[in-house]
Amino acid sequence: MESIDIARAQLLSPTGLVDEDLNKALSTILGGAIDTADLYFQSQVREAWSLDDGIVKDASYSRQRGVGVRAIAGEKTGFAYSDDIEMSALLESSRAARSIAKASNSIIAPPQHIQTGHDLYVQDSPFDTLNEHQKMDLLRQADEIARQADPRVKQVMVSLVGMHEVILIARSDGLLAADVRPLVRFNISVIAEQNGRREQGSMGGGGRFDYHQFIRENSVEAFAKEAVRQALVNLEAKDAPAGKMTVVLGPGWPGVLLHEAVGHGLEGDFNRKETSAFSGRIGERVASAGVTVVDDGTLKNRRGSLNLDDEGTPTQCTTLIEDGVLRGYMQDRLNAQLSGTVSTGNGRRESYAHLPMPRMTNTYMLAGEQAPEDIIASVDHGFYAVNFGGGQVDITSGKFVFSASEAYMIENGKITYPVKGATLIGDGPDVLTRVSMIGNDLQLDSGIGTCGKEGQSVPVGVGQPTLKVDGITVGGTQA
Amino acid sequence: MSEQESVTNAVDSDKAMDIEQVVTDAIQYAKKKGADHVEISARNDKGYSVSARLGDIETLEHHNQRALGVTVYRGKAKGSADSNDIRPSAIEDIIDAALSMASFTAEDEAAGLADVELMAMNYPELDLDRPWELEPDQALKIAMQCEETARADERIVNSEGASVSTIRSQSIYANSHDFLGHYASTRHSISCSVVAADEKGMQRDYWYSVARDADALDAVETIGLKARERTLRRLNARSLSTREVPVLFEPNIARSILGHFFSAINGAALYRDASFLTDALGQNIFPDWLSISENPHIKTALASSPFDAEGVRTQAREIVSDGVLQGYILSSYSARKLNMTTTGNSGGVHNIRLPESEYTQDDLIKQMGSGVLLTELIGNGVNPVTGDYSRGAAGFWVENGEIQYPVQEITIAGNLKEMFQRIVAIGNDVDTCGGIHCGSMLMDQMTIAGSAE
Repeated sequence: MESIDIARAQLLSPTGLVDEDLNKALSTILGGAIDTADLYFQSQVREAWSLDDGIVKDASYSRQRGVGVRAIAGEKTGFAYSDDIEMSALLESSRAARSIAKASNSIIAPPQHIQTGHDLYVQDSPFDTLNEHQKMDLLRQADEIARQADPRVKQVMVSLVGMHEVILIARSDGLLAADVRPLVRFNISVIAEQNGRREQGSMGGGGRFDYHQFIRENSVEAFAKEAVRQALVNLEAKDAPAGKMTVVLGPGWPGVLLHEAVGHGLEGDFNRKETSAFSGRIGERVASAGVTVVDDGTLKNRRGSLNLDDEGTPTQCTTLIEDGVLRGYMQDRLNAQLSGTVSTGNGRRESYAHLPMPRMTNTYMLAGEQAPEDIIASVDHGFYAVNFGGGQVDITSGKFVFSASEAYMIENGKITYPVKGATLIGDGPDVLTRVSMIGNDLQLDSGIGTCGKEGQSVPVGVGQPTLKVDGITVGGTQA
Repeated sequence: MSEQESVTNAVDSDKAMDIEQVVTDAIQYAKKKGADHVEISARNDKGYSVSARLGDIETLEHHNQRALGVTVYRGKAKGSADSNDIRPSAIEDIIDAALSMASFTAEDEAAGLADVELMAMNYPELDLDRPWELEPDQALKIAMQCEETARADERIVNSEGASVSTIRSQSIYANSHDFLGHYASTRHSISCSVVAADEKGMQRDYWYSVARDADALDAVETIGLKARERTLRRLNARSLSTREVPVLFEPNIARSILGHFFSAINGAALYRDASFLTDALGQNIFPDWLSISENPHIKTALASSPFDAEGVRTQAREIVSDGVLQGYILSSYSARKLNMTTTGNSGGVHNIRLPESEYTQDDLIKQMGSGVLLTELIGNGVNPVTGDYSRGAAGFWVENGEIQYPVQEITIAGNLKEMFQRIVAIGNDVDTCGGIHCGSMLMDQMTIAGSAE
């Protein structure tokens, strides 16, 4: 079934709305200073199961639906939303949204045409593919594997979350687009104890696929064993070093470096407003030769992927940095238009009750040619970080942090001992110019990333090969 | 913007229904369908926010958000569901969904409503509802005035804008102990963020004020002026070389240090042994001059609450007395897991206060001698299990009790358990924008890492 038909059936039909009604609502907004307007209908069903203390003790179900109405006049945006999807509420929200500009005669919105997107994921509900007993078995299986893996494991927490979302976008330029989006995630965290010392480890994964994939790929066992391994490594960790040093970052999730150091700074809104440390730097060298970074929303089944973005633009693979040179920004429609360019399919929003903004999808660095073991062997004294928590950036000063949760010292080309987690801090426009070796082992993360910006959360992906960075500040305690 | 009022009112009348009746009916429905116990919470946040940038309106967002959540217990098995649709038929659907969830979850001895004798049957009126009679075009004028003040310096080259927001919330909680509590509250804020530049690059900072009563907000000019000064003083910042020195946290970030303490003594972390403060009751956690109290009943305060998220009476107490931990932060569930009684903190802590101080921030800078005055922390490098702490920071290098120059691209690191003991003084510059009221905090040593040679 076409997404558009599913969206009509789920979002419009229950209250008797038809496509023409959307045009009618858009026509009440247009006119005078209002350039464009859009309607964003959304319904979302979410379930979550969690295990703690050896039993599945919490289960929750959530259902949200509503419509957001946006009116744009130049750089001005008016926005209103309603959790009632029916004509009178839609018209009221439309009038509220257009109050950003002085009222004048309405004009008729053009006839609608349907925009189709990619076909990157299944449409069916991702959580109906397993029954409730199978879901709980998955949680208990993870718990058992973790506890049996090592007697030092004292506590295990497991969660399974699924989401199914249907969206419909109607734009004042006549575009009508829909998407049906699954999203699942499995997570396990453990606490291990030895001689009175306790440490944690956690692992998870997910994406735009259904629960069955966790069984097909036997991921639960791999996640549980990985979480235990991390906790046990941390039980042996010594204090982390403090100061500027050579840092080697492992492949995959450490790509959170790119998300913070360059990703946010290359979002179109900050660059249109010229508040980013990267503003006006297209064509300049911002990274070492060989460094190519892309934002790709078109990867099949990935957590950060979308058939089309929340403004109805099909996603694409946008080259941000090519062989060290800054090539492009990530745009939504508003910022693209104000900057004289076109949307790159990065207009995203947390829900119908939030305004879209330029956001990342899956951001990663392409592979280089070095073997990871050669990269480590090249370091006399350095810090090797393979797992991270989150990060944050001040896009104006360019300073960014990301926090290692599993790390080791490298001495004379060899990994020596584990050290405690520490925050790494650097300068976004500078850090990639210090990349001196790029591994041939590109990996994407396992599907766990959530990005926050101006209070809105969206799922994203990151990735990179093993990287050597000459000189980044490691924030440990050992000065 | 003249249409705004009629619009919100129209949405209102459409949804006019007695929320107390809706919730009471829903509890009856759940019991009829097989729930032994049930609790329902619902909330409606309504208002708008307006932002101005570079002297003109940028966004006007109307908010009207509803949420209704239900938790049912079949025996000791629990299921929850929530929705933004509060029509009776939709509520029945989510109750059915919650009951279905509860038929699969395991029996859990600690699960259930809070004990009936703890219910806040006669809860206090805390004067939390202070609507701001302000039209969006008046709000826009305030935002524009705030931004104009902030930009009144040639080194302020750009702006992220100023915004004014006003929200009125209706909150209701009811359960099958026949408890039903309902109150309205407001939250108004003004904020502003600007960008300064010199030949060394750009810097951004902000300031804001938030209160339940618009009259309690800082003056618009004060907010704009603070946003300007805070931004300008960061220009020409440099990193430091790695060193161990005292640090002074400004009030708006000192609060986060206490926030980590409250997370560590939260029952949910304690019963899982996932905290660096397990079994710390009765121990000296802070220096003996430091006491920490909680008062949920301060009139019009931001973190006041007549009852907690389980309908439990909230009450004033001392959490730390003369440095010694007196009690945890518990919900009924975590309390039962620990063989204790809930502290009325389901949903968080309420209005935390520290002892009065006679020291100004300047006094503390002098007392510090040489060290770093910290004005911003970024990232979240805090390990809740071990207390290991490592975050990015910005601020000022202080020598001989005088501010020398702004610093950035540094980290601060330590272990929270030791950091709590190293607090040597608190300032009288108390910031009340939030649930934790705290002045500047002087710590006698942390590890600073930086990129300078």
